[in-house]
Amino acid sequence: MAEVVLRDVVKTYGALPVVHAINLDIAHGEFVVLVGPSGCGKSTTLRMIAGLEDISGGEVRIGDRMVNDLPPRDRNISMVFQNYALYPHMTVRENLGFSLHIAKRSKPEIAKAVAEAADILSLTPLLDRKPGQLSGGQRQRVAMGRAIVRHPDVFLFDEPLSNLDAKLRTQMRVEIKRLHQKVGTTIIYVTHDQVEAMTLADRIVIMRDGHIVQIGTPLEVFERPVNSFVATFIGSPPMNLMPATVTGGALRLADGTALPLPPGLSAHEGQAVQFGVRADNIMPEGHSLPPTAHMAHVDMPVTLTEPLGTETLLFGTLAGTEVQAKMLNPRPVRTGEVLRFGIALDKCHLFDAETGASLRV
Amino acid sequence: MDQGRTHRIRRRLLKGGHFLGLFLAMSIICLPGLWVVLNSFRPTVEIMAKPPVWIPTELNLDHYRAMFGGVGEGGVPVLTYFWNSMIISLTSTAIALLVGMAGGYAFARHRIPGKAAIFVGLMVTRAVPGVALSLPLFILFGRIGIIDTHFGMILVYVALNVPFTIWLIDGFFRQVPKELAEAAEIDGCTRWQAFWKVEFPVARAGIASAGIFAFLTSWNEYALASQLTRSLNSKTMPVGLMDFTSQFTLNWGGMCALAVLMIIPALVLTFLVQKHLIAGLTFGGVKG
Ligand SMILES: Nc1ncnc2c1ncn2[C@@H]1O[C@H](COP(=O)(O)OP(=O)(O)O)[C@@H](O)[C@H]1O
Ligand SMILES: [Mg+2]
Repeated sequence: MAEVVLRDVVKTYGALPVVHAINLDIAHGEFVVLVGPSGCGKSTTLRMIAGLEDISGGEVRIGDRMVNDLPPRDRNISMVFQNYALYPHMTVRENLGFSLHIAKRSKPEIAKAVAEAADILSLTPLLDRKPGQLSGGQRQRVAMGRAIVRHPDVFLFDEPLSNLDAKLRTQMRVEIKRLHQKVGTTIIYVTHDQVEAMTLADRIVIMRDGHIVQIGTPLEVFERPVNSFVATFIGSPPMNLMPATVTGGALRLADGTALPLPPGLSAHEGQAVQFGVRADNIMPEGHSLPPTAHMAHVDMPVTLTEPLGTETLLFGTLAGTEVQAKMLNPRPVRTGEVLRFGIALDKCHLFDAETGASLRV
Repeated sequence: MDQGRTHRIRRRLLKGGHFLGLFLAMSIICLPGLWVVLNSFRPTVEIMAKPPVWIPTELNLDHYRAMFGGVGEGGVPVLTYFWNSMIISLTSTAIALLVGMAGGYAFARHRIPGKAAIFVGLMVTRAVPGVALSLPLFILFGRIGIIDTHFGMILVYVALNVPFTIWLIDGFFRQVPKELAEAAEIDGCTRWQAFWKVEFPVARAGIASAGIFAFLTSWNEYALASQLTRSLNSKTMPVGLMDFTSQFTLNWGGMCALAVLMIIPALVLTFLVQKHLIAGLTFGGVKG
């Protein structure tokens, strides 16, 4: 059993705080992804869990032990680094077996564990090569193999895929997920790529400037973002945000366009807000999903199209803001063509214009 | 087609030009060395001949025989000098490497305020010519009684080499990503094990070259050794060369013979260290 618990964990470099009292409970066997823009403190948090950075305040527990003052070797964790950090002077076999060798396991035992890990990751034909003779994807797999031979309590991944090309990245993403299904070990995974976060995670932890902004399953953070930052960070293309005010029980956009107030939101009269709608919820008539109970309609000229095959992304301008919309069963669209779009209001969001906080009740 | 041919010809000419240039440069660099080797096998008359005899008419081992012979017949205590040189050079190199590794590693891994200034300071110590140091050192060593001892010479050469070994080894350790040691620590190593099992082997080619450098500096040093060594107790081979000078004559042949004996161990050691430590090392554990 190895759950990981962070209690008010703080990291400061000198006087500069980079992680502010974060709290996180990770269950045994859970796949948790820390995601956020570059520099938000994800790696620092992960490295504190690994024992590679001192913890300035708070408590980190792995299993039933407080590990604040334990060196990395006593925490029973494995880590995969962004640059793989394979030992260049050792063969793949020696790289995989290194931790067991250090733990003074017997030769046959090491050979068996290495063979097993090599088998899981299809590394068997590469065992006698040195890291310098491997491709990026192969190095990546060796790094993962080195992490699994030991059967640790927790796997830590720090942006393990960001040095791979797009195709390989998708492939390795699937392999990592399979690996998790196979070994069932707790995984804490750091990335700045929201697609990786959405596809891999049981639960996503969204961080910004050293704070945790939201914790939830991929669907939760996608459907119910707590603020405009999460709303625009998660999902592709990013959610459209338009400045608006609440007047007379309706939503008035910058150019005066009035829309009914989306249901399930609490906004007071005169409040300045941001109206958020994803491309999936603003679609041209005749090329959209079946209408929902609360629909609003707007006319919008198309300024740019991005055909993706099964759908086309349409760029237009609504109330002075550039908006991306989605067209299903696409047909060719001319630039400048004015289309009538339906907005599914019950899927829309309102955020306070000042704090960015969601106004969903 | 025609264009392709002129292109080929030009490439060939360029290659020939490169070869010729390299040959000339190498001749200039190597000729004195070859001349020394050649002279060690030639009779003195031929060495001194004017105009010079380029193609030797007679080669023999007379100078070597004389050198190892009795004191009266131009003999010098070669073995003692050799032994002194070896002890002093090897010991001072080993110590300079250890200090260099400790210092270089610290500089490479820790943020040290004023690092650039410290490095300039280290280099400045090396800008002082050996001869200028020799008198103060002579007085100092005389006071504490370590003139003409191995210990004194080792001390001098360690001081001479440490700035360079720190500087070189810092550079090599900075090329070893710190994630390697971190990975090793996670794999169960102590900090100490992570260094010796991962960082040191990865940087060892660089450390070996720093070692060769320090060894050659000590092995060839003359200015300080000529003042601080007085007798068979500690005289090194470069100082031993002066045994071939007397008030009115210079035994060129003998000098060259001893010089050849000096070159050989240095060559062998350099070759062995390189072959043993650098061969088979491949980089690429981390993505560039
Ligand atoms: N050794 C350090 N000294 C000072 N600041 C640091 C140090 N390491 C990281 N930081 C700062 O801490 C913040 C978080 O860094 P990091 O955890 O690496 O971010 P990321 O989320 O991109 O992984 C960044 O603003 C970075 O500049
Ligand atoms: Mg990072």
